[in-house]
Amino acid sequence: MDRSQVTGEPQIGEPATELDFAPPAQEDCACKEGMFPRASRRQFLRNGSLLTAAAAILPARAALAAEASSAASGALDPSWSVPGRLAKSDYGERAPFEKVMRLATIGGTSSLTPLQAGVGIITPSGLHFERHHNGIPAIDPRDHRLIIHGMVDRPMKYSVEDLKRFPSISRTIFIECSGNSNAASRSASQKTAQEAHGLTSTSEWTGVRLSTLMAQVGVKDGAAWVLAEGADGAMLSRSVPIDKIMDDAFVAYAQNGEAVRPENGYPMRLILPGWEGNINIKWLRRLKIGDKPFMTREETSKYSDLITLTGKARQFTWVMEAKSLITFPSGDMRLPGKGFYEISGLAWSGRAPIERVEITTDGGKSWNLASLQEPVLPKAHVRFRFPWTWDGSEAVIESRATDQTGYVQPTKSFLTRTEGVGPTYHYNGIQSWKISPDGSVTNVLNG
Amino acid sequence: MFSTARYLLGAVTALGVALTPLTVSGQQSGYPGGSAYPFGTPATEADIAAWDKDVRPDGKGLPAGSGTHKVGQQIYGEQCASCHGAKLEGVRDPNLPQGGGPALIGGRGTLNTPKFKITVESYWPYASTLYDYIIRAMPYTAPGSLKPDEVYALVAFILGDGNIVGKNAVMDAKSLPKVQMPNKDGFYPDDRPFPVKHYD
Repeated sequence: MDRSQVTGEPQIGEPATELDFAPPAQEDCACKEGMFPRASRRQFLRNGSLLTAAAAILPARAALAAEASSAASGALDPSWSVPGRLAKSDYGERAPFEKVMRLATIGGTSSLTPLQAGVGIITPSGLHFERHHNGIPAIDPRDHRLIIHGMVDRPMKYSVEDLKRFPSISRTIFIECSGNSNAASRSASQKTAQEAHGLTSTSEWTGVRLSTLMAQVGVKDGAAWVLAEGADGAMLSRSVPIDKIMDDAFVAYAQNGEAVRPENGYPMRLILPGWEGNINIKWLRRLKIGDKPFMTREETSKYSDLITLTGKARQFTWVMEAKSLITFPSGDMRLPGKGFYEISGLAWSGRAPIERVEITTDGGKSWNLASLQEPVLPKAHVRFRFPWTWDGSEAVIESRATDQTGYVQPTKSFLTRTEGVGPTYHYNGIQSWKISPDGSVTNVLNG
Repeated sequence: MFSTARYLLGAVTALGVALTPLTVSGQQSGYPGGSAYPFGTPATEADIAAWDKDVRPDGKGLPAGSGTHKVGQQIYGEQCASCHGAKLEGVRDPNLPQGGGPALIGGRGTLNTPKFKITVESYWPYASTLYDYIIRAMPYTAPGSLKPDEVYALVAFILGDGNIVGKNAVMDAKSLPKVQMPNKDGFYPDDRPFPVKHYD
């Protein structure tokens, strides 16, 4: 640390010592800790004089686990530089040391993506958030059909295999539950980015354009709305304007290069890029073309936005507006000390591509541009980065996204002033994290 | 300057003219559509009838049948009360699916207050949605198990206890679309975006 302060260069990781290159002691094991001239990693950790960079990017609880396992050996241990496990015909698993998980909410109707552990823009399929209204159906794809009927010339039904015969598209698209950040709109009691904002994820989805399928069935004059219905117990259904169906909607049978996961709609789901998660109907079994909205429960009594200042509700609010979130450092982490950190996070907008993300490290007094990491894709999570040297004093950090329409992510206080306290679908207020002098990062309300 | 500009413009135009036919003929799209995609099978009337159960506010989709408050009260007690409460007041119990069911009545006049209460009575704009939702998604543990007469009766019961229709009202395909819900004018189409260029 001393050297980095003198030279101004950030120091991350540990200097490699001569001992790192020395042959390992015979029969080295944790039980012999302290027998060697160099203090063990565990002792360094106990003394608080050294923390690994890896620990810094993990929540405090995970850092403790990392400490426990890394303490198994002090010297760099080449014990694995021997013949390893051979390939087998299997479905690969992540390394046993990797423990990051989704977090199921009470009642099991949803689970949250661990945004604070993510890098890049893709959410691993096994960590994509889920939300369902009567559980995940166990669908046998051989018996699943999508029926398209109503105001069409030729009602059709399609199996998954039928859909795969059509020309396909792949698009990297974020899906965000419109109830995401609901609790964050009321308080800062959620500890982590996952708990506060974990109902958003990005996957590469592959499927068939609905404009292609609509051409097959022949949409009649006067058609204006499409009822999309799922095959789950809730038989979740929503009305979609035909313009969106013909614009960029598609039926996806694949997610990140393989079949859509059961919790995300296996064997097929609707993708309406940029629109609230609920309307991207999973387990899609029916599209009925009509001339009026169907006014299902999920677009009247739910997923409509009551403005308590007036008592009236905004309806058909499909687009998810510009939003961003710092994922590192974020709630429940602990920074090991002052010095260099790369602030990183995600920004997205369902309306237009992300134009810029600004960062404040002084609670909103000053804002600076973050860099956007390629690829910057429309209607997908965008990764932003910002170099920051923490001076060790209390700091409140926030990000603010602007999309290409000029829309700027609002503050919580602005939303409260203009909307009151309603069911808070579509909450996209700026998230604040406070870094205390001891390095702990907590969720706070700021402005 | 002018001549240079005109020259460049002319060159671009000439290129465009020259390239266009080549591009068109060279880009055999290969995506013929229509009958070249003979995938899937026609949906039969029976296929469609089995699933086509949705109901719209104008009553389109409502089947034959009818139900009364009295019959609905009994069905409610057997099928609904455990989650929605004996008095339709809602139940919160972590041991129930979804942690219990929401209140179905009450809450009128609360929507413009911080203690807003969203129920069928206070918030739902259309009675058709009640029928549509129940017949397809309720009861939670056995969705789709109720017959049209039973659903009509449940609608009559819930709307009757919510003082939206009289307790003598008979619900059927003719009467249900005529029900005027208290909050029928409580919705307006999305008027976002806001805010643009907002720095708070």
